[in-house]
Amino acid sequence: MEFLRPADWDEALAMRAELPGARPLMGGTDVMVELNASGSEFGRPAELPEALIDLSGLPEPRGHGPDGGWLRLGAGVPYTRIVAELAARAPALAAAARTIGSPQIRNRGTVGGNLGAASPAGDAHPPLLATDAQVELASRGEVRRVPARDFYLAPRRTELRPDELIAAVLLPPAAGPQRFAKVGTRNAMVIAVCSFAIELRPALGEVGTGIGSAGPVPLRAHEAEDFLRAELADRWEARRPLPEAVERRFGELAARAARPIDDVRGSAAYRRHAVGVLARRTLRWAWEDYRKGADPCG
Amino acid sequence: MRVSFEVNGRPVRADDVWAGESLLYVLRERLGLPGSKNACEQGECGSCTVYLDGETVCACLVAAGQAEGRSVRTVEGLADGEALDPVQSAFVDAGAVQCGFCTPGLLVQTHDLLRRTVGAGGQPPGDDEVREALAGNLCRCTGYEQILAAVRLAAERAGGAA
Ligand SMILES: Cc1cc2nc3c(=O)[nH]c(=O)nc-3n(C[C@H](O)[C@H](O)[C@H](O)COP(=O)(O)OP(=O)(O)OC[C@H]3O[C@@H](n4cnc5c(N)ncnc54)[C@H](O)[C@@H]3O)c2cc1C
Ligand code: FES
Ligand code: FES
Repeated sequence: MEFLRPADWDEALAMRAELPGARPLMGGTDVMVELNASGSEFGRPAELPEALIDLSGLPEPRGHGPDGGWLRLGAGVPYTRIVAELAARAPALAAAARTIGSPQIRNRGTVGGNLGAASPAGDAHPPLLATDAQVELASRGEVRRVPARDFYLAPRRTELRPDELIAAVLLPPAAGPQRFAKVGTRNAMVIAVCSFAIELRPALGEVGTGIGSAGPVPLRAHEAEDFLRAELADRWEARRPLPEAVERRFGELAARAARPIDDVRGSAAYRRHAVGVLARRTLRWAWEDYRKGADPCG
Repeated sequence: MRVSFEVNGRPVRADDVWAGESLLYVLRERLGLPGSKNACEQGECGSCTVYLDGETVCACLVAAGQAEGRSVRTVEGLADGEALDPVQSAFVDAGAVQCGFCTPGLLVQTHDLLRRTVGAGGQPPGDDEVREALAGNLCRCTGYEQILAAVRLAAERAGGAA
C-alpha cells in the first residue's frame, strides 16, 4: 500500500482515475479505524487498498461559501467548523455535526467522509435529505451534481463512481426552520440508534424530511411529507400552534417510512417507535421556530 | 516512506513508515514519545489525544503521512522543563490520577479547553462545557469527579476564578 500526496485537486482526480483500487483519505476517522483493525487479531483479514490518496492537505475541499444562492460546503470541512461557522446558514447539518463523536473526532471528521463511508447511521445524511441538498462529484473529465435523495443506493453503496471524488455538498438557499434529533445512549460518542431531520419551507409551501439509521440507506418520509404539506397549506399564514393530531399523524407516517432492522444498538420495533417520536418532536420545534421567527427569507 | 514534521517545537523524522501507520504509532514506537497512550486505536477513548496544528485529535486516527510538514504537540510538550503546566499541577493536586492511563489525553484535551476559554480572556467553562469537551476521553478508574474538580481548579488558577 502506498501513501499518495497529491499536490492539488487535479492531481488527486488524476490519481483517482489511474488507481481505481486506491482509497481517498480525508479526516481518517473511518479509514484509520479500519486500517488499525486490519492488522490486529481482532480485525478482519487485512484487505488493504492499493494506496491511500490523502486529500486532507488540499485547500480546495476545505472551504465554504455562496454559490449562486446556494451554500457550497467543501467535502473536507471538519465538523467543528460546521458547528462554529454554519449554525445559522445550515442549522440541521450543524446540529447533526454537533452530535458526532467527540471534539477530537469533530476536529477531523468531514461530511465528505460521511458520504464516502455511506453508513446508514451517518448523521450528515438526514439533514442533507431534508434540505434537498446536492452532492458534487468530480472526476477528471466531469463535475456532476447529484441530489442527496438519489445518492444513496444500498448499504455503503452510493452514486460515487470509482474514478470520482466527492468535492462538496450544495445546500439550497435557506428556506425556513430546520431541526435535527438523534437517539443514542449518551449525548456524545454514539452512533445513532435512529435520527430525524426536518425542514419547513413556508415560502414554497414545502417540507423536507430525512430518516437516519432506520433503514438500509438514509430515507425520506414521503407520505409524512405529503400529509404535512397538505395540512400546512392553509396554516402557514395564521401561524397558530399545530393541532396535536397533526403532529401525531406526522409521527406515525414517519415511523411507517422507516425500514429498520434489529441490531446491537436497538430493535427494529424500538427504532420505528423512536423515529415517530423524533418526527413529532422535531415538527413541533420547527413549527414553533416558524411561529416565533421573523420572515425566514429575510 | 519518510515522514518529517515538528513535535513539541523540534523537527523530527521517521523512516520506513508504513502507509497505513498511525501518528500515534510513530510517536510511541519510532520517536520515543510514549506519553500519548494506545488503548483502543478506534478513536473511542481519547488516551492518544495530541494537538495537530493547534487542534486536538486522536493520534491513532491520523495517518502518519498526514502529519507531514505539520506541527504536533504531545503531553510531553505541556511542561516547561521541570515546571509542570498548570493543568498538570491541578490534576496532581485534585487527585485526578489513579492508574494514569487516561491522564495524558485528558491533560491535552483540558489544556485545549482552557486555552479556548479562560486562556482567551473568556469565562471559566461551566460543568456542561467541561463534560462536552471531555466526552471523548474515557477513564476507567476515577469516576470522573476528581477529574472535573481538577479542571475547575486549573480554570481558577488560570485567572478565571468565578
Ligand atoms: C469514535 C468515533 C465516533 C464517531 N461518531 C460518529 C457519529 O456520531 N456520527 C457519524 O455520522 N459518524 C461518526 N463516526 C464516523 C466518522 O467520524 C464519520 O463518518 C466522518 O464523517 C468521516 O469523515 P472523515 O473525513 O474522517 O472520513 P475518512 O475516514 O477520511 O473517509 C471515510 C470514507 O469516505 C471516503 N472518502 C473520504 N473523502 C472522500 C472524498 N472526498 N471523495 C470520495 N470518497 C471520500 C474514504 O475513502 C472512506 O471510504 C465516528 C467515528 C469514530 C472513530
Ligand atoms: S487510542 Fe486513540 S482514541 Fe483510544
Ligand atoms: S486513572 Fe485509570 S483510566 Fe483514568
